[in-house]
Amino acid sequence: MRKLFLTITAIALFSTLSIAQTRTLPSVNVKTLDGGSINITELENDGNPIVISFWATWCKPCKKELNTIAEVYEDWQDETGVKVVAISIDNSRSMAKVVPYVNASDWDFEVYLDPNGDLKRAMGVSTVPHTFLLNSKKEIVWQHKGYVDGDEDELLEQIEKIAK
Amino acid sequence: MMKKISLTLAILCITIVSFAQNNSGEFHGDFDLNMQSYQEDELIGAKAAEEIVLNNSYLNINYTKGNFAAGLRYESYLNALLDFDDDYKGNGIMFRYATYTIDGLEVTAGNYYEQIGSGLIFRSYENKGLGQDNAMDGVRLKFSPTKGVYLKGFIGKSRTYFTYSDGVIRGADGEINLNEALNFESKTKIIVGQGFVSRFQPDINPKFELPKNVAAYSSRLNIINGGWNYSGEYATKLNDPIGSLTAEGNNYAKGSALMNSLSYSKRGFGIIAEMHRVDHMEFRSERAQEKQYIINYIPTLTKQHTYTLLALSPCATQPEGEFGTQVDIFYKIKKGSFLGGKYGTKISFNFSRINALNGGSSFLNDDTEHTPMLISIKGEELYFKDINLEIYKKINKKIKVTGVLAKQSYNKDVLEGKTPGTYGTVKSTIAIADISYKIKKGHTIRVELQELLADGGEGSWSMGLAEYTISPHWFFAVQDMYNWGNYDVKKQLHYVNINCGFLSGSNRFAIGYGKKRAGIFCVGGVCKEVPSSNGFSLTISSSF
Repeated sequence: MRKLFLTITAIALFSTLSIAQTRTLPSVNVKTLDGGSINITELENDGNPIVISFWATWCKPCKKELNTIAEVYEDWQDETGVKVVAISIDNSRSMAKVVPYVNASDWDFEVYLDPNGDLKRAMGVSTVPHTFLLNSKKEIVWQHKGYVDGDEDELLEQIEKIAK
Repeated sequence: MMKKISLTLAILCITIVSFAQNNSGEFHGDFDLNMQSYQEDELIGAKAAEEIVLNNSYLNINYTKGNFAAGLRYESYLNALLDFDDDYKGNGIMFRYATYTIDGLEVTAGNYYEQIGSGLIFRSYENKGLGQDNAMDGVRLKFSPTKGVYLKGFIGKSRTYFTYSDGVIRGADGEINLNEALNFESKTKIIVGQGFVSRFQPDINPKFELPKNVAAYSSRLNIINGGWNYSGEYATKLNDPIGSLTAEGNNYAKGSALMNSLSYSKRGFGIIAEMHRVDHMEFRSERAQEKQYIINYIPTLTKQHTYTLLALSPCATQPEGEFGTQVDIFYKIKKGSFLGGKYGTKISFNFSRINALNGGSSFLNDDTEHTPMLISIKGEELYFKDINLEIYKKINKKIKVTGVLAKQSYNKDVLEGKTPGTYGTVKSTIAIADISYKIKKGHTIRVELQELLADGGEGSWSMGLAEYTISPHWFFAVQDMYNWGNYDVKKQLHYVNINCGFLSGSNRFAIGYGKKRAGIFCVGGVCKEVPSSNGFSLTISSSF
């Protein structure tokens, strides 16, 4: 019986995948830093590229990636109009540290909280950091797992490709 | 049989929807494979596996179309890695759900993860690396009647390994963002919330009259004004006899938990002070069950370290009773200043201290005489203390340096559940230097040197790590942990690990070989004991 179910799923999956498809953001709510709530599909950047980066206050490579981007963010914005959105997956153990950390780090990114991993799961993020790039139609056109020094150069190349 | 029927329905649902609606929906997912070989190593106490190779794999598939989503997770443990419980055995679709949202109402049937407030009374979540997954199976409704008002209710059974609890869990939560709900603009933002959870389980005990319904409540408040942010939550759990169902180990004491945090931050500076008090607050999906059945989450009030030797002896919340305080300071010395240099300097300071409750846990003092103090720090048994300072500095375009100094006290008896007096409290001093050097575009070498000097436990350790990365595709790393200060000369061992990996967009492949030490392994505030091991590992992680 189980085999049958799997076959059905597999057929459904592959027939859909075989048609070239775009990938958009799932309709999931995240928390804003001032206690509100926003559906991630409501992100806007006037048709310019958007970078979504999943991170946590306890994740060293995540902070390295975002701190590195923060240093050059103004240049990136001038060149490409890109907006960086940082989604913290800190749970209630470290969630309260997100605001003081972000402010102290002088980040100009949009930051949201995903404390129980709802958006993380919906976007297939199993480990952090995990970075997505969205084009003018808010379709995901590129993604990258992990961060090592220099990865920001590739991200910028990808942003430049789709910037107006 | 019911399970099979529900599975069929879920899958048919996905199939029908995807075809009927002209393929306009989207399928996405991710896949993880963790394979490890186990060879015997008598010195470190590593055991060989009969299967030679063990494997945990997961495939998630999500289908979305507008406001509809459905999905499933296939899990395969053939057989489960040694650090996982034996009860993870075999294959199965252990997670499937369907959900839609219309006019502010969200309906979910099947499996879901949910959390009330900070999780003090209820949290279902998953952490694959730790083997943690207490997904719910049932129904959930979320409704937002007007802007700023969020209501949710759910009912279901909680997962443990491949089974669901006997207990039926019911929960409800309401949150009001007063500014949004009452539509007034103010610098001060106020959010209040109230949660409720109840577990039903029949009483078949011939000797005791056990409560069939056990309730837990929590109230929370969040006030934000400019750079200030206060957040507090108080939870209480009613009579819930757990334990071994004997007259001695069984009583009707209530539990409670209180947590508070206050932070202030502005550009370049942030400070946060937190406290919590926990008293007999473990909540399980079945009474008389073990920790694997826990359905609430009491955040550990210490910093979650990532450097190996800082995290060697991690703190774990003692849900039966503890009082804790924590302070974090983040500061960025400006660019161009004397100490800041060309790029600025980042400093983070953390202090945490956890001790026993005054008067002990209510569980042990189930009589009217028990009046523990709300705040108790001095004179109580110390569980854990950590003072650490981290400085990060970019020296020039090529060199980045992180330095850490820490002092930790670790009550090994309490935190590892040993008989009092076995090990006592281990004090350690830790120093870390982490230096990365950019050789040329994309090529970076990073070196970590760590030293831990301890006055007990397994004694002192040194660790060295060298990592070479070629962005964006390759990494190579070799590390050695050396327990040179072990009091048992035969256990003064090297734990060498070699890892390399290949990343390509959304795929990541890594292979490793080496020895892992036995110890406490904590991720996301949950800890488990991991056996020592020796062998090859292969991990593949992919998403589409």
